[in-house]
Order: sequence, then C-alpha cells, then structure tokens
Amino acid sequence: MAKQHISFKLNGQQVDVLAEPRELLVHTIREQLGQTGTHIGCDTSHCGVCTVDLNGDSVKACTILAVQANGGDVLTVEGMADAAGLHVIQQAFIDEHGLQCGFCTPGMLIRAYRFLQENPDPTDDEIRAGMSGNLCRCTGYQNIIKAVKSAAQKLQQA
Amino acid sequence: MATPADEMNRQDALEGVGCSRKRKEDPRFVQGKGNYVDDIKMSGMLFADMVRSPFAHARIKSINKEKALALPGVHAVLTADDLKPLNLHWMPTLAGDVQAVLADEKVHFQYQEVAVVIADDRYIAADAIDLVEVEYEPLPVLVDAHKAMDPDAPILREDLVGKMDGKHSKRVHNNHIFHWEAGDKDPTDRVFDEAEVTVEQQMYYHRVHPSPLETCGCVASFDKVNGHLTVYITSQAPHVVRTVVSLLSGIPESKIRIVSPDIGGGFGNKVGIYPGYVNAIVASIVLGRPVKWVEDRMEHLSTTAFARDYHMTGELAADKDGRIKALRVKVLADHGAFDACADPSKFPAGLFHICTGSYDVPVAHVQVDGVYTNKAPGGVAYRCSFRVTEAVYVIERTLDVLAQKLGIDKAEIRRRNFVKPEQFPYDTALGWQLDSGDYHTALDKVLKAVDYDGLRKEQAEKRAQGELMGIGLVTFTEIVGAGPSRTCDILGIGMFDSAEIRVHPTGSVMARMGTITQGQGHQTTYAQIIATELGIPSEQIQIEEGDTDTAPYGLGTYGSRSTPVGGAATAVAARKIRAKAQKIAAHLLEVSEDDLEWDVDRFKVKGVPGQEKTMKEVAWAAYNNVPEGMEPGLEAVDYYDPPNFTYPFGTYLCVVDIDKYTGQTHVRRFYALDDCGTRINPMIIDGQIHGGLNEGYAVAMGQELPYDEEGNALGNTFMDYFIPTFVETPKWETDYTVTPSPHHPLGAKGVAESPHVGSIPCFTAAVVDAFSHLGITHMDMPHNAYRVWKQIHQLGLDKRG
Repeated sequence: MAKQHISFKLNGQQVDVLAEPRELLVHTIREQLGQTGTHIGCDTSHCGVCTVDLNGDSVKACTILAVQANGGDVLTVEGMADAAGLHVIQQAFIDEHGLQCGFCTPGMLIRAYRFLQENPDPTDDEIRAGMSGNLCRCTGYQNIIKAVKSAAQKLQQA
Repeated sequence: MATPADEMNRQDALEGVGCSRKRKEDPRFVQGKGNYVDDIKMSGMLFADMVRSPFAHARIKSINKEKALALPGVHAVLTADDLKPLNLHWMPTLAGDVQAVLADEKVHFQYQEVAVVIADDRYIAADAIDLVEVEYEPLPVLVDAHKAMDPDAPILREDLVGKMDGKHSKRVHNNHIFHWEAGDKDPTDRVFDEAEVTVEQQMYYHRVHPSPLETCGCVASFDKVNGHLTVYITSQAPHVVRTVVSLLSGIPESKIRIVSPDIGGGFGNKVGIYPGYVNAIVASIVLGRPVKWVEDRMEHLSTTAFARDYHMTGELAADKDGRIKALRVKVLADHGAFDACADPSKFPAGLFHICTGSYDVPVAHVQVDGVYTNKAPGGVAYRCSFRVTEAVYVIERTLDVLAQKLGIDKAEIRRRNFVKPEQFPYDTALGWQLDSGDYHTALDKVLKAVDYDGLRKEQAEKRAQGELMGIGLVTFTEIVGAGPSRTCDILGIGMFDSAEIRVHPTGSVMARMGTITQGQGHQTTYAQIIATELGIPSEQIQIEEGDTDTAPYGLGTYGSRSTPVGGAATAVAARKIRAKAQKIAAHLLEVSEDDLEWDVDRFKVKGVPGQEKTMKEVAWAAYNNVPEGMEPGLEAVDYYDPPNFTYPFGTYLCVVDIDKYTGQTHVRRFYALDDCGTRINPMIIDGQIHGGLNEGYAVAMGQELPYDEEGNALGNTFMDYFIPTFVETPKWETDYTVTPSPHHPLGAKGVAESPHVGSIPCFTAAVVDAFSHLGITHMDMPHNAYRVWKQIHQLGLDKRG
C-alpha cells in the first residue's frame, strides 16, 4: 500500500511521517514517533487507554487513522507537563492516589484535561458521566473522581 | 536529651510503616514514562501473530503456509511440525499437565494457537495469518462439564489415552483430571444423618476472566553469538518463567534473563506461561532476531487464563439454633482443554478447603473433581489466593440458606458460629490453622456504622409496599501468603520469597525482591518497611524487582503473597542489617552491644544522653571502621519461608434496590471493613480495597465468559465482557480493625484480594435477600438486569396495576 505523507502537530511540535492509509494513529504515535505514553487496550474503543486530544476533542487513537490527523493538533500525556512542572491534573492524580498500575492513566489524564475544559466545575455524577469512556481495573474509580474534582478546584483558583 | 517531639519529627521524616506516603511510581506514570512490554523496541525486532482455530474441537487435516510465506515482509510461519524436532510443540503447565504450544494434529478449544507468523511489522503479520490455509475436520464438542465423564462423551485429550495415573490422583475417565478430598468423610456423613437441620444449595460460580487493561505479551531476544536469551514479559512470576524456559529450552538459567517491566495490571492472569510467549522465544532462537508478541483483547479473553467455572454444592448440618455441626462441599471443576491452573502443586483445587470460613465447624468434608472440556484452559486465581473466592462464596451462601430456613437473622447466625477470639490459633476441620482473628468486633462495628436494625426496618416497610430491597452481609476469612514450603511449591520450588538489601556508605539503600509489583505500589511500601527497620528515610531507599539478572529468586506476586512473604523477607533482611549495625555502633561508641538501645534512626547508649550513632554514621563506618574480625559492608539477604499463611478477614455489607419492572439493580451502599493486620500504607490499602471491590462488583453483576453448544466463545470483547465504567461503579465506604498476624515479622497479612473475595458473595447475598421473603435462597451470578428480571417475572412481581 502506498504510504501517505502526513503532517500534524504533536505536543506542540510539527511532525512529518509516512504512513499507510490503514495505519492507526495510535501506532503512528507510539511506533513511528516513539511516544509510548498512549497505550492500547481493547481495539474496540471501549477502554480509552489510547485517548488523545485531537483538535480539541478527546479521541480514541486506536480507532482513528493517522491520515485523519493530517494537519491537526494532537496532545498526548507527554505534552501535559511543562517547564514549570507537572500539570495540575497530573499532580492531583498523585495526591489523591488516582492510579495504580498506570496503564489507563495517560488516557484518563488526557480525557480529564479536555473534560475540565468542557465542564470546569463538575459534580461527582458529572465526572462519572464525563469520564465514562475510560476504563480502569485497579482503582475502583473513586480516587480518580477525587483527583478530577480536586484538579477542577485548583484550576478554578488559578 | 531527645524530646518526644524530636522523636516524632524523626519518625515522621522516615515515612515508614503506617504512613500514607505518596507513591514513588506515580511521577513517571503520570508523564507517560512507564515502560510496559509493548513499549519496548529493539533493533531489528520482528512481530509475531497467531493463526487461531475457529473450531472448539477439530482434527487438523492440513496446513498450507505458501501464500503467507510469499507475502513480502514475512520471515517465517511455524507450526507444531516445525517445533517437533526441537521437542517444543508441547510445554508443561504449572499444574502438572501439558499444553500444546501449537496445536498438534488436533485443536481443543476455539482460538487455540495453530500457527505463528513472524513478520516485519504487526500489519504484515496480521495480513499473513489470513493467508495461512488450515483444513479442519470438526469433531463432537464438549462444553458441559456435567457431561464430561459420561460414557459416550467425546475423547478430548488423545495424548492422555491410557494414562490413568493423573498428576494428583487416579483418573476415572479420559476427560477426568483429578479427584481430590480434604476432611473426614464418614464422621461428616454421620453428623448429617443425625442432624436436627440440614440445608443443601447448588450454585454455579461462572467462568470469568481477570482481564487487566494491558494484555499479555513479550519481547524475546536470543543472541546467537553468546547464547544469551533475554525476554521482556508480562509476568507476575519472572523467576519461575526463567526456570521453565530453561527446562524447556536447555539454555542454562545463567544465560537467560527474564524481565517483568511495568505491568499494566495482572490480577492472576499473568501468572501462567502461555503458548504465545514460547512461540516468540522459539521464533527468536530460530531467526536470531528479537520477536515481539502482544495479544489483542479478543485473544486475551479467549485464550489466556480464565478463572472460576466451579459447579458447587454446599451443605450444612446444624442444630435448631443455627449452630453449625458439619459442612459438606462437592465441586465439579471445569478446567478447559488443558489443566493450566497455577496452584501450589499439592493442591489441585488450590486452597479451596479454607471453605469453613470464619466459623467454628466441628467436622467437614470437601471433594473436588476436575474435568476437561473444549473451552480455554486455565483456572487461575483472579484477584484471590488459589480458589479462595470460590471457598468463601460457598460457605457464605450456604450459611445464608441455613439462616433463612431457620428464620434466624443473617448477622445473628454468623455471631453464633464465629470462631471466638480466645480460640485462636484455631485448627479448622479441613486442616488449616487460623493464626488470629476478631470477627465479633468487626461485625459489630459494621452493623453499628450502617444502622443494621434501621435497614432491616426499612426493608420490612419496603416489602409491605411491594418494593425490592436487599441487604447482603458477608463475614469472610481469607488464606493468603503462599506459603510454607512444607506444603506449598510450584514445580518443586518452595514458595518462599526473598529480599536483598544493600546500605551504601552514605546511607542510601538499594533493595531488590523476588516479587513484582503490578500496581500494588511495592516501590513505595517496601521502602517504608526498610525505613522503619533501619531508620533511613524512605526517600533514600530504591526498590527494584522483576529482573532475574539482579533480583534474588522469588515466586512472584499473586495470592496476596507480597506483603506476607516478600514483606516479611524485607523486614528480616533489614533486621539482619540492624543487628550488624548495632555491633558497629558499639565498636564506635566503645561500649558493649547490650548497652545500646534503638531509637527511631540511631543507637543510643542507655542512660548516657548524647552518646549515640545514627544509622547514617554507622553506614559510613561499615565501609572503613568495623570491629576486628568483622567483614566490611552493610548488606543482607533473606529467603523467607513463612511458618504459616496469614488470614485477613472482614465484614462487608451491601444494600441494593431493585427495579421490579426492569430488574435493574442499584447498589445504594457498600460498606467494607477489612482487617489486614498491621497497615503499612493506609492510602494504598484503601486504593487496593476500592479496586478489589470494583472487580468483585464486575464479577457478581455482569462479567461472564459463556460458550455456545459448539464451543464458540461469546464474551470475548469489551462489547460483550462487562467491565464497570465510572457510571455503574458504586461508591465505596471503607473501614478497618487491626488484628496483627502473630507470626509475621510486622504483623501484616496482605489486603488487595480480600475486597474481591469478600464482595462477590456480598453482592449475591444482597440480590438474593431482596427476594428471600418470597422463598428464594439463591440466584446464580451474574446478576445482570435480564437475569434478575427473569427471577422477578417468574415470581410474578412485575405485574402492573
């Protein structure tokens, strides 16, 4: 299959890759661009460990083609922290014990990042609904809810 | 002189045992810097993908690889015939059986591995498996375990025909794996014959799958020049993997390096050794290049180890007051096509005979028969210690049935039968010695916290109005921390575990253990143990596990054994270091060892203020100024063989409301009190409990791996297999009591599996309790809306108007 030239922004940097039209975005990010924070869990869009932010939307990178990201702006977990340190949401996950094995964590963080822009002051139930596309087997979710809520408060104060 | 405040500050600075220390693992995980198997990329790495059987039982007539081999980028297609000359087409399981690495003339379950394709990338490999042409001759399929030993049942394992001496017992049928018993049959039967009251309840503990979010996989790399094999693998037991790979391949263990890097959840699924691993290793040896194999979710749910699938009958004999006189349990265990459990080798039904629970049961008998079916192989411990989940389920359910029959409240019947605090250590009728417990206190605390009487009153009112509300109550005892090597081994290796601690001259520490964390936070909690024992701040203690080149031999992390066994080894190794440090401190202070006392982080001369040496100072001296005759350095190793298991316990209570028109169940409240003995990190304990409760909720309320009559797996994607989302998951309330284990160096017992083990019967109890006034004593899991609605409909409760 002829490869296509694809160009997009990944965590603020312009990247250029050659990919087959059938190549999934998650493979491009992980294998061609070496950013392995975004994981693969279920191949059917259910688990959300592959969640990235594409043009301001949370998308599951295992069910979108790399060519669909052409010209777009992609944020992954690797792009959350900056020179000043961890993003407020990352710190909140640590403080509230919102992770255990860490496999779902990058997708959770990237989803929380977008969700808190969609709803800056959510209730517990709104967090449950807004984050429900991301599965976790370890935490029973309770501390993730606490982390998202605490991050929301800190982001509001900032 | 040190003030109490100073002592407290020094204590706090250590972040030792009892501190809710933030996790050391987290900064890299939240930045996407974890290092999981699929993140590993090696130069020249190829990808493996499996050709799998569409049939559950069939003879392989032919395999044609030509078209696949002709595809550019394909390096090899291997079948059983290719592995035969190497004698690698079958491999031993951890349960004493053998399993086909690639199907040898026959397939025994759907999705069984038939051929492996090795290609330049995963896309080409996926294309190529479709080009491998396999011709099958379908055979009669056996999926119903109850029919496995019928005279006319299809013969599944032709490799076992005529071999009637099984690993664990005589086999009475070719589809029979083992018969196993514990307890005293005749005395038990006699009590049943003469008892005032008896109850019997059949229950099916359905087949489920641990399904961590990271599937199984490995990267195998064989270096043809020096004969070294390196395998990065999703394993909860890397040292055992190294031994098995060595036995299989003939490569000495000293030339095999197995690394469990970060693991994206295990829950028992990653204990076994799977054909995919062996195929990747063989391919790497054959091709001389690194080979990666990573399952997709469907392969994971269809082929790597499932859990449960126990058909159980529980019977209790009692007096009219509900006091238990005897317990009898019979089990038919469906192990699938190969016996690929991972139990201690003397126990083909694991530790199932802990099924006397928290109760004073005078006499008991249990028997288990394992059978083969055309289903995926396994029978692993899904977030539990070897069949303990099944054991707790059968006793808790049967006790509820007894309570209902006698009209005794479900809390009261437990109180009447508990082993009393003064009876510990308590020898159970089935051969265990419960080391400690205080069941009455735990129960009373929960009943008070939830206002149990108030809930029962509310339930009575709801019932009067025709509404369905249930209260589930479970008072479980687990058995974890396998185990004493006199009773527990895997492949002949005793189930000890190990720790190796090295204190550097400046007082920082490197410690390595034979266990391997999969989210439990070992890098955090082991450091806390060492901090308290050695008076060195946790922050200066580095923990490493999972690399067989550097870590001491251990049996790994499953069955809640890390804290009971690995944690004990860590404490004992640290105490060996402190004993040596005390000698060095005495030498430095020019006093006798006996004149010293330990104070948080230093040795002090008794009664002489200011005469003291900190552990940091002693560490420096260990490398330049030790007493004459002592070897320099400050390190220790401990291989800890536990004298007994530990027995965590708890009381769980669940309140459900059920919609009588839809069968929808709403968990209104779930209150979990756990006693895991000494609490090392309360934050992590709570997190483990939340997670275990959620996995219990999943099993009880929706997860199942059903098969149709032809052996087609029906629950093998996340579209079909229930993983609770944020939305379904109930809110968890946690509580605790502390009854330290008397034989564990820290008094700790292990905790992460209790919530799974304890919550599952609690959810069932709550759902059943909603119908108990209508004569229902049991409902099989999973309690999804459809199944609950069927019960409602059968009782005619959903009639409107």
